[in-house]
Amino acid sequence: MSTLLLLIITGLGLGALYFLVASGLSLIYGLMGVLNFAHGSFLTISAFLGWEVGRRVSDGTWAGLAISAVVGMLVGAVVAAATEYLLIRRLYERHIEQALVTVGLALASVALFEGIWGTDPIYTQKPEWLGQTTEILGAKIPNDRFLLIACAALVLGGIVLFLQRTRYGLIIRAGVENRSMVTALGIDVRRSFTIVFAIGGAAAGLGGVLASVYYGYVSAHLGSVLLIFAFIVTVIGGLGSLTGAAIASVLVAVLQQFANYYLGGTGDLVVVIALAAVLLVRPRGLMGKVA
Amino acid sequence: MTEPILVVDRLSGRIAGQQVVEDVSFDVPALGVTALLGRNGVGKTSTIKSILGLIERTGEVRLAGTRVDRLPTHRIVQRGVGYVPEDREVFGALTVGENLRLAERDDRPRRDLVERLFPDLVERRAQRAGTLSGGQQQMVSLARALVNENRLLLVDEPTKGLAPRIVDEVAAALAEAAKTVPILLVEQNLHVVRALAERVVVLSGGRVVFTGSASDLLDDDDRIRRYLGVHDATSEGRSR
Amino acid sequence: MNPQRTDAGAPAHEVDPVDRADAGERSAVASARRPFLLIGGGIALVVVLAILPLLAIDLPGVLPGPTYTPGTLQLLAYAMLIAALALSYRMMFGLAGLLSFGHALFFAAGAYGLGMTLDAFAPVSWPSELIFVGSIAVTLVLGIVLAATVGSLALRVTGISFAMVTLAFAQAGSVLIRRNPGGTTGGDEGLSLDIDHVPDALVGVVNTRNLYWLALGVLVFVYLVVLWVERSRAGRVAEAVRENELRVRVIGLRPYTVKLLVFIVASVLAAIAGMGYLLLQSGASPRIATADFTLTLLVIVVLGGVGYRWGAIVGGIVYTLLDQRLTALAGSDLIAGLPAVLRVPLSEPLFILGTLFILVVLFLPGGIAGIPQRMSTGRKQHPAETEEAADA
Repeated sequence: MSTLLLLIITGLGLGALYFLVASGLSLIYGLMGVLNFAHGSFLTISAFLGWEVGRRVSDGTWAGLAISAVVGMLVGAVVAAATEYLLIRRLYERHIEQALVTVGLALASVALFEGIWGTDPIYTQKPEWLGQTTEILGAKIPNDRFLLIACAALVLGGIVLFLQRTRYGLIIRAGVENRSMVTALGIDVRRSFTIVFAIGGAAAGLGGVLASVYYGYVSAHLGSVLLIFAFIVTVIGGLGSLTGAAIASVLVAVLQQFANYYLGGTGDLVVVIALAAVLLVRPRGLMGKVA
Repeated sequence: MTEPILVVDRLSGRIAGQQVVEDVSFDVPALGVTALLGRNGVGKTSTIKSILGLIERTGEVRLAGTRVDRLPTHRIVQRGVGYVPEDREVFGALTVGENLRLAERDDRPRRDLVERLFPDLVERRAQRAGTLSGGQQQMVSLARALVNENRLLLVDEPTKGLAPRIVDEVAAALAEAAKTVPILLVEQNLHVVRALAERVVVLSGGRVVFTGSASDLLDDDDRIRRYLGVHDATSEGRSR
Repeated sequence: MNPQRTDAGAPAHEVDPVDRADAGERSAVASARRPFLLIGGGIALVVVLAILPLLAIDLPGVLPGPTYTPGTLQLLAYAMLIAALALSYRMMFGLAGLLSFGHALFFAAGAYGLGMTLDAFAPVSWPSELIFVGSIAVTLVLGIVLAATVGSLALRVTGISFAMVTLAFAQAGSVLIRRNPGGTTGGDEGLSLDIDHVPDALVGVVNTRNLYWLALGVLVFVYLVVLWVERSRAGRVAEAVRENELRVRVIGLRPYTVKLLVFIVASVLAAIAGMGYLLLQSGASPRIATADFTLTLLVIVVLGGVGYRWGAIVGGIVYTLLDQRLTALAGSDLIAGLPAVLRVPLSEPLFILGTLFILVVLFLPGGIAGIPQRMSTGRKQHPAETEEAADA
């Protein structure tokens, strides 16, 4: 029982990370049809800069972590918005080329991060409480899992509020469904592209800082590893669906934890098989719109 | 006669590299309903989409004397064009209210007009548009266009697939709208055309083959057969 | 030809109709002479490449040393194998429009498959030659089976979903290789080639030139197969499917079968290039199974020019040489002396290649192979548009 609970909560924590990356990916793809390979780089740069600022202000304290998180989100938002504005926008409606540009950006940026921060992981400090465990029903749960879950829930709530309550949210929801009709109502849908990128970047940025807490290090490849799983989550959840991304994040991460524990560390394989199975049975994913 | 509101001059359109509109020229007078007719697949919808820039196009399009053929779709619409697409294209995941709110461009949207024309929609404000019937969706689509002050309406097959009672309602709404704004109407149902349109433009093979008054076409069985390929006008428009 | 109709959507680059007609005539004349020129040029190029190991051509900055030295031959051979792999990838992506993120899986299957089969045969006391040839045959069969399995599953979906399924399978392969089941793949360390049953002529630094010829042979073979597929009926159907799948369905052909065929052929060609890689490198590293490696292929194909068959070859060779030379440059004194703002980015070859790639996508849609055409027409256009214009 206690193992089960530990696996589920750890899965939820990992799922929270996946969601922070996948939410942006899914919105960006849903609205613009762009498969953003640079999303992992948004995460990595945010993790590095968040860590650099946080440790200088107050290393290993809550204040330091909070500052890291704020810096991470800002960096993620700015870098993502700049990417959209400078690179993606020039290739309006040419989806393959847009994806290719993000591939180039991903390759170049990871190389740059390696150049600046080296190829080895840099171990980070975190507030003491996060390194401890809390006992729930006999299961010793590492406390950082709770932080991850809480943050992802907040982000999910925030994005949902934004989508439901603001005019831009309305435009984005409508655009995911039928972009050309939105322009035919006299709305410049491109402005919401930048916003979606910024939101996705901010979520990934927070994800970067939290990933450095979860793994205990930052590295140039932090984003690339999470990106592959986030892709899988996005596709399983249904491209363009925020709810789908949330549900699939949890499913994938929990499944991964269980397979790792009970099936001799085959978590990655099981996830891949799950993706193939979902795509073959239900190509549009769990909650995706009909293609 | 005053200057036409819309002048289309040698307009061509292509989808995925394929020519779907070929050198089409006609104009829409500043008053009344102009019907754009032709058999299925002759490029009526594509012509409307080319005017709006929703598909790749070349040629000239002038709205109230100003060229708009180089403008992106949203700018053309902002100049006062209301668009009611074929198949309605309501946002199914959004509520009726959200669909209308999204469409409001003006500072003072004409909500009262919309509510008077389509009282049904007021009650269904909070309902998801995707769960509405076809007729109700068409009301939403029309309301999205009528909620703004427009200089021109482009209305594409508004009665397609609707029950006769709803067809009448839609026609009535269009007649009401036509009192204040010129309309370019694509319509298969010749009764509706007869009731609404003063002028007709007929396309065939992507080109204009007839332009004239509605009665000149509709009172001439031979022309109807030749241009629209139908004997009995009433059966037209239900075949799909 | 009606100039009004040829250039929709790009009024900024409108061409004088006279110029255009002129260009059309010129290309018509050129295309009559073209086959002979191309075949002749191709044979000449292969001959030059074949005698390269006997010459002492030195291209400082491009090659690490004169062309007869093992280091240079090794690099060139590697570049040619990558070019062959890129060529097979282009056939799927460029011809059939299949954007796969899993092509590395088949390259790795060839390399690891041959290495592991040779290991498996090691205790058997058959003649070495038989084991070597048998291993190659076994690997080929495995490659076909793997390609048919992955392809038949992945092709049930299209577009991005297809890309994701192929990525998923490749990722599974990559994970398996890293996990080193039963000690067969060597895990992160990679697999080293067991040379017991490999012909002596293909072993050791002194025989690098034989490996070079082998790589050249692989490249020529892959090129010919790709050419054959493209010219075949299936190839034309695949091309039509890319342009308009619905229309092909209407005509009554089954796009699925054709796409599967193209997928299998491309994958088996990748496996053949992979076997060459194993022999050349005397081993295989798990890097070649990763998604990053497939992305590199995509970069190569786009860099070279998706619309052109030899674009993949140019891209593969340019990319490999750049990668190698930039790495050498990164370690040079020149770079070490620069201030950090310049030194850090310039000492990362992938940074430069990634940036170069972005610039090509943004400003050079035809890739490197498209440059001559852009120079001659003086016009920005995508190769796909050229084809359409030619059809019209």
